[in-house]
Amino acid sequence: MISETNVLNPHKWVATYADYLYMYAIVRINDEDLAKDLVQETFLAALERVDRFEGKSTERTWLTAILKNKIVDVYRKKSSGFAIAAANKATQEQDEFFDEGNGHWKPEYAPQPIAGMDEQDPLLKKELNKILQLCLQKLPALWNAVFTMKHIDDAATEHICTELHVTQANFWVIIHRAKVNLRACLQKNWN
Amino acid sequence: MSYLKKVIYNCKQATFLIEKKQLKRLSFREEIELRIHLAGCGMCVLYNKQSRVINAMVQQLFHDSMKSELKLDEAFKAELQAKIEEGLGNN
Repeated sequence: MISETNVLNPHKWVATYADYLYMYAIVRINDEDLAKDLVQETFLAALERVDRFEGKSTERTWLTAILKNKIVDVYRKKSSGFAIAAANKATQEQDEFFDEGNGHWKPEYAPQPIAGMDEQDPLLKKELNKILQLCLQKLPALWNAVFTMKHIDDAATEHICTELHVTQANFWVIIHRAKVNLRACLQKNWN
Repeated sequence: MSYLKKVIYNCKQATFLIEKKQLKRLSFREEIELRIHLAGCGMCVLYNKQSRVINAMVQQLFHDSMKSELKLDEAFKAELQAKIEEGLGNN
């Protein structure tokens, strides 16, 4: 029996992994040109590190890890400066969902049933998914980054905090606000 | 306002705990506060349910888009592989 070893074969990289890496980037940053650039940067960076590949992971996992780091760089850039100001503004808007004194839902923002969530009708589900995509895009960049890393990549909280330079306390606030906003956006655009 | 009343009214805190609970174990005190709140607040019960559905939807959405047909164009790929070959030649 031949044991499988992980080896690199850069001659086959583009044919084997380019589309996969491109999709991986697209769903996380939602920008086709930027995704293309990141795929290219990933391969070129990988090429420089070929001699450091230890064969402990598959070629695909190794390349994906490099791309992941590049995506986090994008998140970080997007959530600095002006983006922070935008996030703060969105935070203030979110505070309007709850009464300032006792924290109770304001009547106009109180959760109501969203039919597309309960029905099994595929058409309704499709419609709701479309709205969800738009609502995700409307989140401030930093919230979107935190939300995506946690819910999609299942990254450790400590890791997200370090990478994106947010405190643990801030992390939970962002997770909360992102979801309250997302839900409100779904309700508003559905009904 | 009494402590209990604060817990019962505070939907902002309850929704915060609902989100935290989906990712992490709550402390004993947090768990009790959330249960007391949910026992009396239909709006947050609904929020809790919808929040979980949203998580599932988001995950499904990402899962589905990874299967989509969107691909890089062949010209870009050929150029990219050429760059890699060039890089290999230099080493």
